[in-house]
Amino acid sequence: MTEKNTNDIQKSDAANGNVSDEKKIVVPGELLMETMDYLPGKNCFREGNAIYAKKLGLLRTSGRVVEVVPVSGVYNPEVGDMIIGVVDEIQNAGWVIDINAPYTAFIPLSGVREFIDTNKTSLNQIYAAGDLIYGKVMMFSPSKSVHITMQDPKAKKFTDGRVVRINTTKVPRLIGRSGSMISMIKDATKCFISVGQNGMVWLKGENEDIAIKAVQMVEEYAHTTGLTDRVDAFLKKELGSRPAKKESPKESFEEYSKESASNEEYVEAKE
Amino acid sequence: MAGINIQKKYISALAKDGKRIDGRKPDEFREISIETGVIPNAEGSARVRIGETEVLMGVKIDIGTPFPDTPDEGVLMSGAELHPMASRRFETGPPDAESIELARVVDRGIREAHAIDTKKLCITPGEKIWMVMIDAHVMNHQGNLIDACGLAAMAALSTARMPKLDEEGKIVIGEKSDEPLPITTKVFPVTVARINGRLMLDPTLEEEDTMDVRLTISTKDDGNITAMQKGLTGALTMKEIEEAIDMSIKKGKELRKLL
Repeated sequence: MTEKNTNDIQKSDAANGNVSDEKKIVVPGELLMETMDYLPGKNCFREGNAIYAKKLGLLRTSGRVVEVVPVSGVYNPEVGDMIIGVVDEIQNAGWVIDINAPYTAFIPLSGVREFIDTNKTSLNQIYAAGDLIYGKVMMFSPSKSVHITMQDPKAKKFTDGRVVRINTTKVPRLIGRSGSMISMIKDATKCFISVGQNGMVWLKGENEDIAIKAVQMVEEYAHTTGLTDRVDAFLKKELGSRPAKKESPKESFEEYSKESASNEEYVEAKE
Repeated sequence: MAGINIQKKYISALAKDGKRIDGRKPDEFREISIETGVIPNAEGSARVRIGETEVLMGVKIDIGTPFPDTPDEGVLMSGAELHPMASRRFETGPPDAESIELARVVDRGIREAHAIDTKKLCITPGEKIWMVMIDAHVMNHQGNLIDACGLAAMAALSTARMPKLDEEGKIVIGEKSDEPLPITTKVFPVTVARINGRLMLDPTLEEEDTMDVRLTISTKDDGNITAMQKGLTGALTMKEIEEAIDMSIKKGKELRKLL
C-alpha cells in the first residue's frame, strides 16, 4: 500500500467522526482524552476517566484504541518478538545476550534445539562470545529479566554477512505495511535481510552496501511521507549504475524471502 | 563484549584492500568538532567530537604546595572518567586499566613535551604553586578515545584563564583573570591501529575490536615526537613503526590547524 492510500484512509476515518488523524505530538503526562469510550494502548495509561501519554511521540488512534508512537527510544522487549542479539558471555547454564536494550537477555540450555550434556559439550561450541543470533523473546518478567528461545523455526545463528543498528522506533517503518518496504529493498538489492524488533538489521548479499544505505535512509526519513517511492528511486539509481551480475542466487533468495515474509506478517499483526 | 564476530571478519577483509567500513581512507579521521568554554565554572574546558565519540574536558587551576624535589615548579595532574552512560562496556567503581591508561597517555604527551611551562606556575618557591588539573569525561564511546581526549585537553588548556587572586593571595571564586596558561607548544596524540596488516588512523569502536595492535604517537609543533604508547598484544615491525610515525606527524600537522 502506498503512502497516499494510507492518508486517504485516515482522512475518511476523520470524516466519519473519528478522532483527528493529524499527527499530533504529545509529551509524557499529557492528557489525551477524557472518555471511557477509548482504551489506552501502547505508551498510554488510564487514570480515572482520562488517558495520559507515557512517552514523547505521535498520537494515533486505531478503532477504539488510542496509542502513542514514540519518536525515539530504547528497545522494550515483548514476548514473541524476533530479535537479533550478540553473545556477550557464557555462563554455566546458558548464554548472556546483548539485545540492544537496557537489559541483557539470557538463553537457557532449554532454549536451544539440541540436548546438551554439559559434561561432554562446552557451551562455546553452540554459541561463542561475539556470535550473532536471531531468536525469539520467550519471557519478559516484571523484574526485567529477558529470556530468549532458539526453539523457533526462524531462529538461527548468522555465520556471515553484516549488521547495522537502527533506532528501534523506526523498525515498523523499515518493514512497512505488510512488509512492503523491506521486501522492496530485498527484491532490488537481491540481499538477504533479517530485521530484529530490537533495531538490529542483518544483511547479506552482493549489494549489501546499497541495502545498508537504503535502510539508513528509511531510518533518517522515517517521519516523512512518500518514503517508499523515494527509496525505490534511490535503489534504482544506485543499482542502475552498477553492471548487472551474470548469475544471481534467485532460487535460494526467493526461498529465503518467503521464509522471512512470514516473520513480517507476524510483525504486521502485532502492530 | 568485544564486538560481533561477523562484523570483525568483514572489517578485517576490507582492511586487506585498504578499505574501511564507513568508506574512509586509511589516514582519514571522522568529522571533528571542537567547542571551547563549555563549562563556565572551570578555568578551561572543551567538548570534542570525533564522529560519534564525544569527550568533555575540564581544566581546573588551584593553589597548592609543590613537591619537595621540585620546589619551584607547578603541578600537572590528569584523570579520565569512563562513565557507564558512554558505553555499556564501562562500569561504575574505581578507575580501571583503560581509564588509567587513557589519562596517562594524554598526560605523558603534555608533560614530556613541557607543553606547560611549570616554572612559570610557581608563586612562592617551596610554598605556593599553581596546580593544573585536567579531567576527561567520556560522554560517548565510539572508538579512538585517546586522540579525542588529547585534542580536548589541548583545546581546554590553550583557552584556559588563570584564576583571579585578591590582596591576600587567595583565589576570588567565580572570577577569572585574562592571563592564559604558559603554553609553550601544542601536543597531539595520534593513534595508529593495525587491522589485518594495514595501518589506519582514528579507529571506530568496531575497528578497535578488530585491531591487533595500536601505537599512539604524540607530536609537538616542530614535528618532534614527545611520547609513545603501544597497546594490545600484537607486535610491530620497524617498517610499520616508521610508517606509523610518518602518519602521526602528518595528521598532527592537520590537527594543529583546528586549534
